[in-house]
Amino acid sequence: MVDSVKEKNSSGSYSSNTGPIVEYKNVHKSFGDVEVLKGLDLDIYPGEKVALIGPSGSGKTTIIRMLMTLEQPTSGEIIVDGKNLCHMEKNGKLVPANEKHLREVRGEIGMVFQHFNLFPHMTILQNCMTAPIQVQKEDKESAKRRSIEMLEKVGLGDKLDNYPSQLSGGQKQRVAMARALVMRPKIMLFDEVTSALDPELVGEVLEVIRDIAEEGEMAMVLVTHEMDFALEVADRVIFLDDGVIAEEGTPSEVLEESDNERLQQFLYRFRS
Amino acid sequence: MINAIIEVFPVLMRGINITITVFIFSAIFSYLFAFIAGLCRVSNNKFVRGGTGVYVEIFRGTSLIVQLFWLYYAIPMLFDVGIDNRLMAGVLAISLNYGAYMSEIVRGSILAVEKGQTEASIALNLSRAQRMRIVIFPQALRMMLPEFGNYLIQILKATSLVSLIGMTDILYHGNILRSTNLSAAPTVYLLLLIFYFIMALPLIFLTRKGEQISKRGVAS
Repeated sequence: MVDSVKEKNSSGSYSSNTGPIVEYKNVHKSFGDVEVLKGLDLDIYPGEKVALIGPSGSGKTTIIRMLMTLEQPTSGEIIVDGKNLCHMEKNGKLVPANEKHLREVRGEIGMVFQHFNLFPHMTILQNCMTAPIQVQKEDKESAKRRSIEMLEKVGLGDKLDNYPSQLSGGQKQRVAMARALVMRPKIMLFDEVTSALDPELVGEVLEVIRDIAEEGEMAMVLVTHEMDFALEVADRVIFLDDGVIAEEGTPSEVLEESDNERLQQFLYRFRS
Repeated sequence: MINAIIEVFPVLMRGINITITVFIFSAIFSYLFAFIAGLCRVSNNKFVRGGTGVYVEIFRGTSLIVQLFWLYYAIPMLFDVGIDNRLMAGVLAISLNYGAYMSEIVRGSILAVEKGQTEASIALNLSRAQRMRIVIFPQALRMMLPEFGNYLIQILKATSLVSLIGMTDILYHGNILRSTNLSAAPTVYLLLLIFYFIMALPLIFLTRKGEQISKRGVAS
């Protein structure tokens, strides 16, 4: 499996750096008494598109929320671009990361949420240009220009001065993607981004993700229930079950050829 | 009756400056204390949080009049450095008291902003301070508006207490007049009600406005 990824890397469609950009090392995560992740080992390579599938409660959303530093692992380590995400070195010892350390590491990561989480008191242009100005200290003109470009790219160039509440769900989600993209992350996380949408709006959002994926340079991790979409866009599909990786491989290996019984049951529910 | 009104009205007018002065300063400082205490109450530091909690509970849990007397009569005597300025004592007592109440609105509104807003701003790598200033606080402020308007009206009415430490507000002048002319009592207190009501009218209007802005939410 890993070989196939490396092949792709050397084929030139991705960054020439073949080391992983994200490494999960024996990561455990519990909420109270419930252990959601039971020792996760997972490498994600630059430019790779990974789809995480699995029944609810299997820990897939937790995996990306930990990467975005919205949850802390109970144990284990996450390395992003060679830097330890949740711990930092202090006097030769590893201690929990402070705000400053977190801000350094998570700058390379962007995330799109199931419920959009746009800032309702800002226009969509302000939603996009605030972070580059405040966080990356980009000058206002250039942040504005890039935000407009990005919003045009997701098909919302005519809505710049609208507020989020004036948009449809699909439009909101496209704004959320533009907002994350102007930060130029190396890794983009998508947390069930179509789950809260009316069925007829799903297509326009997937269309944008497909476009982003085709540009290729960004690693993408998608938690999704859209199996056909995963098949089409992902380089690798990971099936999580009960806190462990139960199956992984290319989309066709996992979604079409696997004989894992739990996976079959899971897929059956989606296809029926 | 008309004659009585003509007699009483100018006397009450002598106190209007004091009433309005105390009100304006008390309103400003109440908001100030409310924001400071409210933000401290959601601080990460448990000592800051705890200390502010003690302030809020003490001032909410005791009588405003007693607090006023403490500030004006007791503290100067105990510590010898005190507040011999009536305006300062009056404004401070009202502001500390209402600031404590209103800080709970500030705190509640901040906590009521959806968790997803914080998560989205973390994902955009905003710092803690930026998250509060740019994302959370502007949304919380809109939720605070209606209650803030209500408290503004209450602060206006609370200013009448300063007559008890000898400040010459409208109530003070009314009381003096009544004590020299007992038959004027009905006119005096009727006019006092009307005075407070007229001063409250713009505040009632402001509160309505606040409710509208708040209801309209954030999208316009």
